[in-house]
Amino acid sequence: MKRRTTLKMTAALALSSMFGGAALAGSHSADPIVIGAVAPKTGPLAGGAAVTHWPNIRLWAEQVNARGGLNVDGTMRMVEIIEYDDQTNPGETIKAVQRLATQDEADFIIAPFATGLNIAAAPIFARYGYPQISVSNITDQVEDLASKFPNMFFTLGSTSAFASDVVRILSEMRDAGQLTGNRIAMVNVADAFGIELAAAARPLFKEAGFEIVYDTSYPLGTQDLSPVVKAAKDAAPNAFVAWSYPPDTFGLTEQAIIEDLQVEAYYTAVATCFPAFGARFGAQAEGILGAGGVNPDSEAFKEYAAAHEAATGAKPDYWASATTYASLQILEQAIEAVGLDREAVSAHLKEATFTTVLGDISFNENNFNEAFWTVGQWQDGVFRGVAETGREGASSVRVKSGWGS
Amino acid sequence: MTAAEIRTLILAALALGVAALLPLTGSGYWLGLGLNIAMFTVLATSWALFSGPTHYISLATAAFFGLGTYTVGLGFETLPYWSLVALAGILGAVLAALVGLATLRLSGVYFVIFTLGLAELVRQVITWAQNMSGQKGLYVLTDITEDHIYWQLVGLAALVYLVGWLIGRSRLGFALRIIGDDEEVARHSGIDTARAKVLLFMVPGAVAAITGAMLAPRYVYIEPALAFTPMLSFQVVIMALLGGAGRLWGPLVGVIPFAILWETISSTFPNQTMLLLGVSFLVIVYVLPKGFVGLIDTVRRRLSNREGWT
Repeated sequence: MKRRTTLKMTAALALSSMFGGAALAGSHSADPIVIGAVAPKTGPLAGGAAVTHWPNIRLWAEQVNARGGLNVDGTMRMVEIIEYDDQTNPGETIKAVQRLATQDEADFIIAPFATGLNIAAAPIFARYGYPQISVSNITDQVEDLASKFPNMFFTLGSTSAFASDVVRILSEMRDAGQLTGNRIAMVNVADAFGIELAAAARPLFKEAGFEIVYDTSYPLGTQDLSPVVKAAKDAAPNAFVAWSYPPDTFGLTEQAIIEDLQVEAYYTAVATCFPAFGARFGAQAEGILGAGGVNPDSEAFKEYAAAHEAATGAKPDYWASATTYASLQILEQAIEAVGLDREAVSAHLKEATFTTVLGDISFNENNFNEAFWTVGQWQDGVFRGVAETGREGASSVRVKSGWGS
Repeated sequence: MTAAEIRTLILAALALGVAALLPLTGSGYWLGLGLNIAMFTVLATSWALFSGPTHYISLATAAFFGLGTYTVGLGFETLPYWSLVALAGILGAVLAALVGLATLRLSGVYFVIFTLGLAELVRQVITWAQNMSGQKGLYVLTDITEDHIYWQLVGLAALVYLVGWLIGRSRLGFALRIIGDDEEVARHSGIDTARAKVLLFMVPGAVAAITGAMLAPRYVYIEPALAFTPMLSFQVVIMALLGGAGRLWGPLVGVIPFAILWETISSTFPNQTMLLLGVSFLVIVYVLPKGFVGLIDTVRRRLSNREGWT
């Protein structure tokens, strides 16, 4: 028992000091730059954070330290990451950010994971003057939030853009004759983001002249989605749109294959862009539309994806992974430009343009990055961006032709 | 009122007064921890008011807490904040009365299971309503700071202690102690056991709903998964039992060390937080089966025995 506890403690210490240790090893006299990170390692969102959030922080810290650190006013300084698990609980996120700001005296804090946890932490970031370059924080309240929390930045997009671009893509497919009718089957998970997206999309579909022939919701965590897919199939839609979360994105697609749901466009929202989705469905994923996207042909992305796989052993997802990494590049460039003064960094973030894996990023008067990917599609085993609000390299959308074999 | 009671009252008022000074230290870190302690003190103490004497283990805290959070989230744009806190309390009490009427006839494990399911039920009902109305995400953007929330919670704690103290002195409190000892006997003595239990169950219901309403501005963004987290119900039970549910001040002596332990583990072992917390639960149950109150009583008894011998 005693030996086991000792082993566990040693393992824990080794893990928690891995980055700190790596950072210290190379530095000579300059203190490391302390960077805090708070996100779920346990709880409902731990799975998502393990794909898009934590690996990028590790990758970035490794890369920065491998090149000798960040150049702060002429001195090269390593970065040291302090990680905390918020257990997917906003109370814990708030406490951990506070701990980083006051006890660990972190120089900077990486924005938390997911909308709810980011917004819960925003008052603390604001109080201590930390810039909060949030990624997985998709909202339609950008204006209100930015005026309340002037150091909060938004990189991944807004709810309405995700809904309206799906409507736009389907309209374009219809105009090009790829959709042979107006019939849409729309379902949503009855949870925050799913409800928001469905509510935003409903009037837009009608405006664009679509007929919503099936519209339903299912509770979060529903295991048996076959009634949903069967009813959607009975409505004989031309396109199937699901504002879904990770477990049901997989569940709905499995049922669609079983039921042989014949549609010309098939969309599921969150997690369609995960490499695990492509791996799970293989050729059957061909033509599936989903939220997010990247330009997988850009040199910057290819280089990033290779480094990600080499450093973490896993492929990045085709959406928020690259944006998370870009948010760290933005922080890095801002620090190198103006030093460790947080106010100066925030001011610089509002003005400058940053070169990232996604291309150039700058923020508008609401601290909002206006150029982002909104819809992607699995094409030949890669999830390619097909709709964006100002990014380069969108592929043209294809018709979903059956479920292969 | 006896002299001893007056002394206790004065001491309690002093302690609350000192607790209310915490925001003046200006340390956000300690305030955050204090806020956590205040929240769990309120929840665990009100929980023990009902579960202590009756021995009915309720896992419904999250249901009431989420109800309060959503009351503020949904009504925030139409009604002033203060009225929503009061409304949350009323809704919590009404829900508790309904649940109590339906379930307090259930005993033992059936009651526990029902209360656990209640959080999920309320969550699904609210989500359904939100989905039907097409209500978008709920943002509670206010100027209420952590200082204000902390003071509100300390005030609520004072109220809970006062209510608990009054109940302890009342016929209702006496009836409940009899119910806790033997419900059959209580019924034969002419006590309306169902009414007594329902009345008392409304207290933790209302308090948890008010707490949820008070914390809504802290979370800013309200989602079901965060408002109705089942973890909360378990934390409250564990803290109350760690302290000891038999005394009014029992939960407090559980909440404080537990919150500090939780904080220490979260900050020292970020990768094993949940694992180590689980291990601590086991150790606590094994080493302190009667909670800190039991430990304190044992120590006291030993001390007085020793005095008796010398």
